[in-house]
Amino acid sequence: MPATQTVPAAARMFLSGNDAVARAVWEAGTRVAAAYPGTPSTEILEILSRYSGLHTEWSINEKVSMEVALGASMVGARAFCAMKHVGLNVASDALMTMTVTGTEGGLVIAVADDVGMSSSQNEQDSRYWGRFAHVPVLEPADSQEAYAMTLAAFDLSERLKSPVILRLTTRICHVKGVVHTGERNEVEPKGFVKDPRHWVMVPGNAKPRLPTMFEREAAARAEAEVSPLNFHVEGSDRRIGFVTSGPTFMHVREAFPDAPVFKLGLSCPPPLESLRRFAATVDTVLVVEETEPLLETEMKAAGIACHGKDVLPRIGELAPDVLEPAVRRLRGEVVPAPEHVPAQQVFPRPPTMCVACPHLGVYYTLSQMRNVIISGDIGCYTLGAGHPWNALDTCISMGASMGTALGMDKGRGKVDENKKIVAVIGDSTFMHMGMQGLLDITWNRGNVTVLLLDNRAVGMTGGQDNPGTGRDIHGEETTRVDFAKLCEALGVKKERIHVLDPYELPVLFKALREETKIEEPSVIITNRPCVLIDHYQPAKSYTVEEDRCTGCGNCVEVGCPAIHVTRRDKVVKASGKEVDLSFVRIETSACTGCGLCVQPCAPEAIVHADPVQNVQSVQFVRK
Amino acid sequence: MSKITNILVCGVGGQGVMTATEILAEAAISLGFDVKKTEVAGMSQRGGVVTSHLRFGDAVLSPQIAPGEADLLIGFESAEALRWSHMLRPDGVALVNSGRIVPPIVNLGLFDYPEDPVAQMRALGLTVHAFDASSLAIQLGNIRLGNTVMLGACADRLPFPAEVLRDAVLARFGTRKPQLVEANRGAFEAGRRAVGGEALAA
Repeated sequence: MPATQTVPAAARMFLSGNDAVARAVWEAGTRVAAAYPGTPSTEILEILSRYSGLHTEWSINEKVSMEVALGASMVGARAFCAMKHVGLNVASDALMTMTVTGTEGGLVIAVADDVGMSSSQNEQDSRYWGRFAHVPVLEPADSQEAYAMTLAAFDLSERLKSPVILRLTTRICHVKGVVHTGERNEVEPKGFVKDPRHWVMVPGNAKPRLPTMFEREAAARAEAEVSPLNFHVEGSDRRIGFVTSGPTFMHVREAFPDAPVFKLGLSCPPPLESLRRFAATVDTVLVVEETEPLLETEMKAAGIACHGKDVLPRIGELAPDVLEPAVRRLRGEVVPAPEHVPAQQVFPRPPTMCVACPHLGVYYTLSQMRNVIISGDIGCYTLGAGHPWNALDTCISMGASMGTALGMDKGRGKVDENKKIVAVIGDSTFMHMGMQGLLDITWNRGNVTVLLLDNRAVGMTGGQDNPGTGRDIHGEETTRVDFAKLCEALGVKKERIHVLDPYELPVLFKALREETKIEEPSVIITNRPCVLIDHYQPAKSYTVEEDRCTGCGNCVEVGCPAIHVTRRDKVVKASGKEVDLSFVRIETSACTGCGLCVQPCAPEAIVHADPVQNVQSVQFVRK
Repeated sequence: MSKITNILVCGVGGQGVMTATEILAEAAISLGFDVKKTEVAGMSQRGGVVTSHLRFGDAVLSPQIAPGEADLLIGFESAEALRWSHMLRPDGVALVNSGRIVPPIVNLGLFDYPEDPVAQMRALGLTVHAFDASSLAIQLGNIRLGNTVMLGACADRLPFPAEVLRDAVLARFGTRKPQLVEANRGAFEAGRRAVGGEALAA
């Protein structure tokens, strides 16, 4: 990643929602910005790290990032943290007391909900946190608003002395639009004021502060009634008036250009009196919100009749093609058949592991083991649940592979007595929330074999640095964690810790077989880097000698996307058993010579390609 | 409301779908249009499905193209073009790279690759211009030029002159990799010729 670069001056720029938030955070004079990578929020901090005049960091998890931001706010600096929706679950412990202390320097929390679930384990509505923590929530509808509302959020935070949640969705973060930007305003921190009644949240100090939280909420509610972020768009077709928050505003305006709309930007606390007045001007109110019926419930509780999730889906995005038929049905109209061609059935194309991915060796090995339960985690290696490996049995939350493995071990009955329990976790996830689970395993004498896949990157989000790479967000050298020592310090016996090359299948297989036999915690650390990071060195590529390939298909079981089946056949063995054959070729231009497929090839049909072609891979162009 | 142009670009993660759409967006911006661009690309870097929506006109609201609303479908891979063919307007045009990227799931024998995706699209009554952009790019010296070849192929079917898009392509390389400007100029024109674009413009 480049170090700080020259920042473009105020201009008309083509920015994603993430770009726009980053730009505004910088312009707001923010001094500290922290995050843990998570789709779709990752780019905010990546972009911010290229600006100068502020401290940016990848924190080890979202809770720490929020605490870092709070500390900066305590000394009077403007502060920012960003995370994906599930990250706020992790950070919520800090949030729920931060709302009692309140903040000093403006503090904005950007949380990105993956509505539509393009890259997450669940779909949750972060707007609940605003209600739960009694903090204001701002919801932009496009990049320009993401920019403007980020600036507004800092002002609001400082007026109310409250953290402010900026709620984004995938359809804000990853949509590019035209944005008019400004320049940075330096804000000098006022300095830390020692005041235990404000900052030391023991019951005696916290209890008197609780009313301030509700007074602040009342002030925010009053502000929401008059805020220019909440407005009424007139419309001639008053059969249905729409209430929207976030990106649904654009979808509603697109689908129903003549309808009146009440647009909420400061949506929590909701301006119920303004909404009541709006409702009186239309025949029927329809609340269009992603994803939970939050505003709908609040409006109904306030006695404002409205429709919402009774006619709209509770799952996924509310794009125009979803809204139109639902609204027609609400109006009692017939939904016309579409004029376009119907959707065609095509094979699924799930994400794959990369050519030469070090995880291929791990999952090939796991797929060859019997009587094993594999507790998984969150990262590229979650793909091990797919074909051809089918070698991952659970995926819940960051770090959960550890605790669930221990629970399986302690809870198993006779039927699972002879099963081996393996937990698989990546380097960054281990440090995010896995270390504590490993400590729990050792402390409570669990019988779990941990595979710690150290590929020296936060792979799935684009290869960001972490404490295991020894580089910070700017790519500059810093402290590097030693995983073997760390595991030893967490109580794993030194002789139960192995650092292995995942490209050496027999070594990996032997270590796994031996460690799963021993009834105590062990850790196998694999040490090959992610093939997508800058430091990856490709080796000589391979090819298949056609006349030697027997069609056994062992290499296909490795799961490398550079291996292609050219011909299928069937043979009947002497035993009478029918066997499928798959003859293969290697896309030599994509192969980077890891040698994984060579190892299970009995007839030695896979050999170095000579001369090595220089054509680059279509599928996996390294950055 | 004035006419909005909707372009859907689809392909496989790593092919440069998002970059190509970005360049199309830059061309539209250079003409003063309001532009929105959006992707569904959660894990697309890992060889998954990727689509990029581009909408431009006087004022764009929703960033998403609804099914049956795309004026132009640019398919970087033939099965992907077929997958997204329902997004085309009945009178829209598809420009398709007939080259194939066969995923492991097909190699494992779990699913079949469609026999002839382009023929299947035509049988649906769609207007399809198809050619092997991947092979053309390799002939031109680098598979990565496939991206520019496809942009060339769509250049004469935009509501602005092909030269505007060509300049946007070259401007991108001019600042980042000036040594690649000429190769991309050639790739762009080769793409135009492959679908009879120049004749169309004349």
